[in-house]
Amino acid sequence: MKNKILILSIVIPLIFSACTQTSVSPINTGTAPSTLTVMTHDSFAASKSVISAFEIANNVKVQFIASGDAGTALNKAILSKDNPFADVFYGVDNTFLSRALSEDIFQPYNSPLLADIPDQYKLDPQNKAIPIDWGDVCLNYDKLYFSQRNLQPPKNLEDLLKPEYNNMLAVENPATSSPGLAFLLATIGHFGTGKYLDYWRGLVANNVQVVNDWETAYYANFTRWGGSQPIVVSYSSSPPFEVLGSKTPLTEPQTAVITSDGSCFRQIEFVGILQGTKNLDLAKKWVNFMLSTPFQEDMPLQMYVFPVNPDASLNETFQKFLAIPENPAYVSPDDIAANREAWINAWTETVLR
Amino acid sequence: MIEKRHRTITAVLLWLAPICFLLLFYFYPLGSILKLSLARSQQGLFSPFLQALNSPISWRVLGFTLWQAVLSTILTLILGLPGAYLFAHYNFHGKSLLQALTGIPFLMPTLVVAAAFNALLGPNGWLNIGLMQAFKLTSPPVQFANTFTAILVAHVFYNTTIILRMVGDFWSHLDPRLGQAARMLGANRWQAIRWVTLPLLAPAITAAALLVFIFDFTSFGVILILGGPRFATLEVEIYYQTISLFNLPLAAVLSILQLACTLGLTILYTRLTRHLSIPLSLKSRVATQRRLATHRSKLMAGVIIVILLVLLILPLTGLAVRSVTRLEPNRGEQSVTSPGFTLDFYRALEINNNDSIFFAPPTKAIAVSLGYALATTILALVLGFPAALALSQEAASPISHGLDSILMLPLGTSAVTLGLGFIVALDKPPLDIRSSWILVPLAHTLVAFPFVVRNLTPALRSIRPRMRQAAAVLGASPGNVLRYIDIPLMGRSLLAASIFAFTISLGEFGATSLIARPEYPTVPIAIYRLISRPGELNYGQALALSTILMLVAGAGMLIIDKMRIGDIGEF
Repeated sequence: MKNKILILSIVIPLIFSACTQTSVSPINTGTAPSTLTVMTHDSFAASKSVISAFEIANNVKVQFIASGDAGTALNKAILSKDNPFADVFYGVDNTFLSRALSEDIFQPYNSPLLADIPDQYKLDPQNKAIPIDWGDVCLNYDKLYFSQRNLQPPKNLEDLLKPEYNNMLAVENPATSSPGLAFLLATIGHFGTGKYLDYWRGLVANNVQVVNDWETAYYANFTRWGGSQPIVVSYSSSPPFEVLGSKTPLTEPQTAVITSDGSCFRQIEFVGILQGTKNLDLAKKWVNFMLSTPFQEDMPLQMYVFPVNPDASLNETFQKFLAIPENPAYVSPDDIAANREAWINAWTETVLR
Repeated sequence: MIEKRHRTITAVLLWLAPICFLLLFYFYPLGSILKLSLARSQQGLFSPFLQALNSPISWRVLGFTLWQAVLSTILTLILGLPGAYLFAHYNFHGKSLLQALTGIPFLMPTLVVAAAFNALLGPNGWLNIGLMQAFKLTSPPVQFANTFTAILVAHVFYNTTIILRMVGDFWSHLDPRLGQAARMLGANRWQAIRWVTLPLLAPAITAAALLVFIFDFTSFGVILILGGPRFATLEVEIYYQTISLFNLPLAAVLSILQLACTLGLTILYTRLTRHLSIPLSLKSRVATQRRLATHRSKLMAGVIIVILLVLLILPLTGLAVRSVTRLEPNRGEQSVTSPGFTLDFYRALEINNNDSIFFAPPTKAIAVSLGYALATTILALVLGFPAALALSQEAASPISHGLDSILMLPLGTSAVTLGLGFIVALDKPPLDIRSSWILVPLAHTLVAFPFVVRNLTPALRSIRPRMRQAAAVLGASPGNVLRYIDIPLMGRSLLAASIFAFTISLGEFGATSLIARPEYPTVPIAIYRLISRPGELNYGQALALSTILMLVAGAGMLIIDKMRIGDIGEF
């Protein structure tokens, strides 16, 4: 009997590893030059057909290391910079950009495709971090809630201080949530570092609800999904995804976005070639591929973010329902890096204590 | 003298595999990341320690972490012990099923549990709607989310199964005649429990309470999602310092503080329990269990079962119901759907709408999860059994006493810290496994291994050494003693240990999310991918996959529970 257990305990892991090994053999047994390793965060996604077109064209197998949120993934890249286990890192955004640049994990690459990319996205003059996509964090509201009550939805950040919007807003904690931090940055960009805390004091007086994560804000607090607050901090892409992600196709989203000047914050995501890569040529090809239209047009449906390449066109649903703020609030990556802790601490003292 | 040396050699041999495992996959990565983190301090090695010790925030966080863990553990014991009594003493229809059901909360992802509680207790949950209608209230009377109560309730919800299983299984082997004798000698029911049963149960209760406490002490998801932004444990603070602020030196100090607390507590535990266990004549369950015959016992069983069902099962049932219901509320206007039964979310799980490279149908995610769970269970048993055996040797050698306290450390370690430690340390051949799938079962085993040891040790310690000696005198080899005395007598503790290892692996999220390969998502990872996106279909699929996880876990636990290797299960 003991032997049986012993045998089982040896055989089962072997079978297990055999199964897994065979299915990933192109990754593990391929010779070094034919594998490109891309490190990214767990929101990364792409179409099979798009990736395999790149693989076939360049005779390469792309291996993704995609685990942990954006901050965790970046930390992994930084901590392994002396012995990098990837060639390329994608997914550092403008709130984390300074951390990546000051840790010097990227090498510069002046991709020829950058010529077509609008300057507003190029936040690193050395082109170590190359912009790939953007997405806006904006206030979303439940259209039905307001129409049923004959109430005007708020038009801008200032409106939220009015008594008629008492207890109507749910936001995420900037210490734990990426959209939460983006919204705090929007208020800092819009009201200035001297006045943003006054604005938050006003929101507290008007009973703003704070939760730690987007999932709770959207699926537990938002009236659209059975909660109590009809206004929530989410993305400008959320209304089109309400349409795309509905089971019986909706003709239009039941939520809308407030896009007044300075009420949204634009998150821009970057890719960079890691220092110490042994596949520099392939890595460059991958960066160019991410900037090219096939990948750029694939991103919105896969990752809910939008192309920096003006030649990439959006699908019909986005063209119809994506609201793009003309003047999102702006805070420079250096300011964010220098003040992140102080701003979050001040916000915590003001809003949570 | 010879015997002493012999004992030391035995201990060394037994400890060899577990210690090598811990050194390689726990201490080495942990040491590497702590060293690297502290080396980043610009004002010298000691400044982050001073920074942490001088900051009122660290003390407040530590105080809160301890306080909520103590309260949660006491509440879990209060709820768990009567249930353990019921499972230990009575046979009734559906007992195995009930036991498996009460184990399911243990492995559910926090986001899903939060959704379940919200559906019951949220501002628009069943309870508040009911109360508002009954008493004509205009606002919801019960505030649950983002309260201290929510943290306590969730911890009880998650960890009651630890008490039910560990104490219940040990209790079921206690000789009922000891209590009966006390009653005969004039003790009343409570005196018999206080002076006879409780002291005999003490090793199992303290071991279970220790595990519950460490789980609560290092709580992350529950605090973050159900507790909300006003509460932070050390684990939450470590995550914030590491990821959001990249203050690695401070994060390292907080990790060390958390480890020191775990170690201190475990040393206290080993001291306390060293003299607690009394060798007993363990009895087969056939001899200890009876039917629910009297009205009194039926009433008691009914009350306990209802409480367990309401607290542990009802929230999950709500989820399962929602997964087969159209979520689109009846909002009039353009929406043509109305609430009703649907299997659409389950069907949608099979369809790769966007041709995504990381798409995993539920069958694949389940296969991946079960594969990891199987590997974890075997690895944890193979490593945990010799460790438990060494710990239980009569007058265990000093080596064992020292090692006992460090076994629990992996449970008290921050998942972010250890996850990053894997990346930093396991990056050179022959151990270049930082992007390998094998990291996942290894990480799971680190959590499951202490559970296996804590489950097996009290049972092994209670075996009368005279039985082993008698067998040896009669000519049994050490292997045969193990085979015919120890393993059968450990009885259900071995099964309980397997079930814990299995469910820990099935439900683990924190560490897995840091190291899993995107093309091989476990079920909790796949659920997280769905629920972190807007739209009815994503949310519905997340609920559907959660329901599938419950079914798979429940079935798995029932199968292990019914396993009969020799006479282990029978005993």
